[in-house]
Amino acid sequence: MRVNFTVNGRPQEADDVWEGESLLYVLRERMGLPGSKNACEQGECGSCTVRLDGVPVCSCLVAAGQVEGRDVVTVEGLADFAQQRSESGCATGACGTSLQDAQQWRAKGTDSQTGEGTELSPIQQAFIDAGAVQCGFCTPGLLVASDELLERNPNPSDADIREALSGNLCRCTGYEKIMDAVRLAAARQSEGV
Amino acid sequence: MDFLRPASWEEALAAKAEHPTAVPIAGGTDVMVEINFDHRRPEYLLDLNRIGDLTEWEVGEESVRLGASVPYTRIMENLRAELPGLALASHTVASPQIRNRGGVGGNLGTASPAGDAHPALLAAGAEVEAESAARGTRLIPIDEFYTGVKRNALQPDELIRAVHVKKADGPQQYSKVGTRNAMVIAVCAFGLALHPETRTVRTGIGSAAPTPVRAKAAEEFLNAALEEGGFWDNGKIITPSVAKQFADLCSAGCNPIDDVRGTASYRRHAVGVMARRTLTWTWESYRGTRRTIEGAA
Repeated sequence: MRVNFTVNGRPQEADDVWEGESLLYVLRERMGLPGSKNACEQGECGSCTVRLDGVPVCSCLVAAGQVEGRDVVTVEGLADFAQQRSESGCATGACGTSLQDAQQWRAKGTDSQTGEGTELSPIQQAFIDAGAVQCGFCTPGLLVASDELLERNPNPSDADIREALSGNLCRCTGYEKIMDAVRLAAARQSEGV
Repeated sequence: MDFLRPASWEEALAAKAEHPTAVPIAGGTDVMVEINFDHRRPEYLLDLNRIGDLTEWEVGEESVRLGASVPYTRIMENLRAELPGLALASHTVASPQIRNRGGVGGNLGTASPAGDAHPALLAAGAEVEAESAARGTRLIPIDEFYTGVKRNALQPDELIRAVHVKKADGPQQYSKVGTRNAMVIAVCAFGLALHPETRTVRTGIGSAAPTPVRAKAAEEFLNAALEEGGFWDNGKIITPSVAKQFADLCSAGCNPIDDVRGTASYRRHAVGVMARRTLTWTWESYRGTRRTIEGAA
């Protein structure tokens, strides 16, 4: 079957989708967006977390056919998504991330290790600055979940952060640095940095 | 496999009548796991996401009509006062990502003895609104809904449209045993609701019998003991011997098995502990409310 939906602000079309296929599979294997990770395939690990109509969900548990006409944001589009949010909408009328840009997306942080540029969302930059990335497998899911938390709750308590990230597993067990990163992003957000 | 995408409830019922083997999918948090792991290859998937009123609820005089697909997140946010037991149970469901998708309709459809909503529904009192194109709507009392391990009273051509849950008329509690707070299938779970209006107590036990069950003998004992001691009127502390007897009868109301999550004897023990604790919590809350009301008068 064919599925039409919006990925990172741009309309996309997936063809020859098997009816039992997950949104995760469509994103990774048909759209070439491997940022959302495939691990447990049962909603336990959160590494496939994306926003579906703004809501964080495990993309491995959404049937591809269910996203027809709906709006998906993946980690590849997170920087643009966050920028658009900070500008309260799309000023130029040409926002979002094209499939090609999303496929080629690389972290470009403001430190020496990730190159020049400012094409990171605040939460991504905070993860780098706090040293919250170890093997990196859980990072995309955590970024999407953390970004949504800070959108909903700009000043979260530690308990709020733990609750919001309770569906994302990090098997390097770097949770303390991840907590640091979210606290850092929240502090920067409240200071308007 | 065929993917059926009804745009309305009527279309969904027609599709289910035409293809009784169709598997309804809403949040997908049960169905997609089975498909991903190749445990299930349904001939038809019946997507209910496009039917908007399944995610709505209405608060009535006596009960809340909760759409089958209202996500657990919405229940926690919006129905804490009306359905405190179910809101507490919703908190214990998996993770935010899962609570954003899953709803009570899916819990009922899957009818796993470990489903988190069941003990809360049993304790509060509820009816499942099932509908078919051929025979229309019927309300199935929650006590008659669970018929076996992952079996329920639905007919092949029926879909769950909503669940009517009695609004709380007194304190309710919910307790669940697992290895951590998030992402846990209950080792066992317990729901308790005080119903001061009828001077009764209702229970719900999860994951400790082939189906979710009420501990009816324990309820009857406690109802009699509370009545006899005039507890509903005098608001005295529950006698420890009464609490213990209630807990023992709740344990006895279980029919658990040994499995990877826990042994039968552990489950029986834990249900007793949860029964005693939830009774204490709810009763203290009831006494506190009584004092407030008396103090104000």
